[in-house]
Amino acid sequence: MSPASGRSTAPKPASADDEGFKRELVQLIPHLRAFARTLTGDPTAADDLAQDAMMKAWDARASYQMGTNMKAWTFMILRNQFYSEKRRSWRSTQLDQEAAERTLVAVDDPEAPVALDELRQALNTLPEEQREALILVGAGGFAYEEAAEICQCAVGTVKSRVSRARKALQATLERGGYGRDGRAAGDAMRSILADADRLSGARQG
Amino acid sequence: MIDFTDSRRRQPAHPTDADDSSLEEARLRQQAIGVKLRHMFDEVVNEPVPDAFLDILRRADARTSGKDKA
Repeated sequence: MSPASGRSTAPKPASADDEGFKRELVQLIPHLRAFARTLTGDPTAADDLAQDAMMKAWDARASYQMGTNMKAWTFMILRNQFYSEKRRSWRSTQLDQEAAERTLVAVDDPEAPVALDELRQALNTLPEEQREALILVGAGGFAYEEAAEICQCAVGTVKSRVSRARKALQATLERGGYGRDGRAAGDAMRSILADADRLSGARQG
Repeated sequence: MIDFTDSRRRQPAHPTDADDSSLEEARLRQQAIGVKLRHMFDEVVNEPVPDAFLDILRRADARTSGKDKA
């Protein structure tokens, strides 16, 4: 029952392979945290999930082929972990939904950058599979093929999910379909345009 | 492609200018969303990694080499 002890196969002794694996894994931690944050929407739950995924990856290191895409491999582990935990308990799913709904109505941090808040909220309105596809391709830097591997679906499916997500996101932001200080519709898109302008200007300059 | 257009054209030409500018507008908006999306993700990537993560790996290491469960 306990995951680490009592396995019939004894753990391998520490080796050069293990060291290399660990070095790569450590470098991936920030990315795993970011992906987990977008899946759970909650920093604490995200770190728990990322830590679980990291442990799973470490325990499964014998099945990883060095030199292949470790980032995609660990993302797949994290994603599987997320969905199996959700399946295990419908109650936590309910809680997730309630949390998401709360986030949609309540924006309580006045210091938070406006455009980022609104993007986060708009993301929360997307169906899960669209959100994860968009994050992987649009923010995680994965090719459609890699995202398809991570989500264990066809490349065409990822493409259509990303495309639908982009359209829906833009529509939501333009409609401003959620309240924030009673500001007029269209403000969300405007602030995102302005902020993106500033960000890309800073990058070039 | 299926051609739905009737041979009897009522309009001599499409309002191409308007089409182009709204396409350009949509492209700009998608680009802006993309920039923000990456920014949002990178913000977390750039956070310092909590010690707990490295502690876990250290413990895993001890388990592998020493098999102690302390």
